[in-house]
Amino acid sequence: MIRLFKVKEKQKEEAGNANGRGPLKKQSAGELRLHKDISELNLPKSCTISFPNGKDDLMNFEVSIKPDEGYYMGGKFLFTFNVSATYPHEAPKVKCKTKVYHPNIDLEGNICLNILREDWKPVLNINTIVYGLYHLLTEPNHEDPLNQEAAAVLRDNPKAFKSNVRTAIGGGRVGDTYFARCI
Amino acid sequence: MADLRSSSRSRDLDKLLLRPGHLVGPTFEPGAQLRDDLQEYVRILVVGAGGLGCELLKDLALSGFRNLEVIDMDRIEVSNLNRQFLFRLEDVGEPKAEVAAKRVMERVSGVNIVPHFCRIEDKELEFYSEFSIIVLGLDSIEARSYINAVACGFLEYDANDEPLEETMKPMVDGGTEGFKGHARVILPGMTPCFECTIWLFPPQVKFPLCTLAETPRTAAHCIEYAHLIKWDEVHSGKSFDPDNPDHMQWVYLEAAKRAQLFGIPGVTYSLTQGVVKNIIPAIASTNAIISAACALETLKIASGCSKTLSNYLTYNGLEGLHTKVTEFVRDKDCLVCGPGIFMELETSITLKLFIDQLEEHPKLLMSGASVTVRGKNLYMAAPPLLEEMTRSNLAIPLFELMDKSPTGIVHVTGTAGKGDKRQSCLRKLRVAFKANGITDTDMAGGA
Repeated sequence: MIRLFKVKEKQKEEAGNANGRGPLKKQSAGELRLHKDISELNLPKSCTISFPNGKDDLMNFEVSIKPDEGYYMGGKFLFTFNVSATYPHEAPKVKCKTKVYHPNIDLEGNICLNILREDWKPVLNINTIVYGLYHLLTEPNHEDPLNQEAAAVLRDNPKAFKSNVRTAIGGGRVGDTYFARCI
Repeated sequence: MADLRSSSRSRDLDKLLLRPGHLVGPTFEPGAQLRDDLQEYVRILVVGAGGLGCELLKDLALSGFRNLEVIDMDRIEVSNLNRQFLFRLEDVGEPKAEVAAKRVMERVSGVNIVPHFCRIEDKELEFYSEFSIIVLGLDSIEARSYINAVACGFLEYDANDEPLEETMKPMVDGGTEGFKGHARVILPGMTPCFECTIWLFPPQVKFPLCTLAETPRTAAHCIEYAHLIKWDEVHSGKSFDPDNPDHMQWVYLEAAKRAQLFGIPGVTYSLTQGVVKNIIPAIASTNAIISAACALETLKIASGCSKTLSNYLTYNGLEGLHTKVTEFVRDKDCLVCGPGIFMELETSITLKLFIDQLEEHPKLLMSGASVTVRGKNLYMAAPPLLEEMTRSNLAIPLFELMDKSPTGIVHVTGTAGKGDKRQSCLRKLRVAFKANGITDTDMAGGA
């Protein structure tokens, strides 16, 4: 039990006793956990991370992935991460900034990756997500489509899909959509 | 006459406060002085003036507390009126905190309630330090986590890692969701803080985006499609604001179109609000029950007239009625309320030497450490980009990097432990610098 009536004396004391401590900036538990994740990052050479707001804002960062195999080999894809103070209770919000022709990424950059939404667990970390994204680029799958047309082409005609991807990442039109060059 | 009236008003309270008993707290000193002190010295902050907040203010005012403050950033909406009983139709659009404070003061004479119409993050830490007890009537994990970190931030430990009682800022946390609710007592340093038991919360239900885009099966799927996918497609760059009725209406109409396309029934405007804002219908009686429990715990903490709830009460009125108290335990390594590992350092020690010392410290044995102090990343061992950006700090004395503060909290990440048990971990350190000729012995606590 707490001896609350010390506050009585304390209040009297404080009247004459200016507290010299400056305002303290707090760090949320989420920020600390993210600090751990970032300091332990172990990314393959094909992935680079950057911090647009400098070294003291780890909550917003970008990861660029340049797959060295698969359909998207040679392309460079930028993902933004936004991490909330309740991380890792809540998954980071990840978007793909590079417009990409991909069955599981739509043209607004929404990503269908299970660990970003329904299968997120606090034991997962930033490294897991980056590997998940890398995997999504090397192994696109037509079963969880966000870009339905791309998914249909991948399912029915992988050769045409491959050529569409090459067109898109080289800078060009697939159907009605123009994709900027990202090689 | 005046005396008689005042004593009749506190008649019920007097039965608790004026008489000794066997089940009282160890610090209980019954008497009229206690009653008067409660009124004069105890200052209580109520965080949130919504469903729970209205009840809490009323309950605390009627429990004899005279100095209350309330903080809430929201304005009154029509949909609040069924349970936030301090508000009337003509108050719609007014700040909740201000109206709630005014209404309770009108009804309960002698009570003074100061309203704060702002975000909890807008207040300086000093604001929170002035209260004896903080009572929470919130609806989000994020806000609870913030207040918890603020309150635990005042806690100091002595050289034996024992919490200093006078730095403890008790919290009473209430929460309701439909027919279910909880009330808990957090005595930082003694009972688990919010962060110690954050794993208690189930993860939020999130639908896979591809289900939303391709195979919607429920009304909620259609609403989330409109909210998460369609919105961005149509409004490029403009972010969705859940508090803007036009935005909500747009999402509702889009969801309804989609529901029709897939032959899914059940999309309504209120369900749209419910899904997008994660709203669960609130039940006035649940708020009343949980608030009563919280107010009573507040009175017990303040007066010692009975032992407090230890430490987590759950209430479920969904099937019959079930209530239970569970005693959760602290996480001894909790980054928020734990003591951390104490280290006394020379003011001259550089960051590099400090990192080397972590390797030899018997309680840490940490190698490859990264160091952060209150949001400033002093050194990051990885990734290479951050390592490069922080490398120049290594030669600078830690004392200077910490703005020459005599004590402070440092967080370190690295690989720690012995032999097979080596694993990556994040540790809190309580650092005190040896004073150079200045007597500073009583500052070893740190905050």
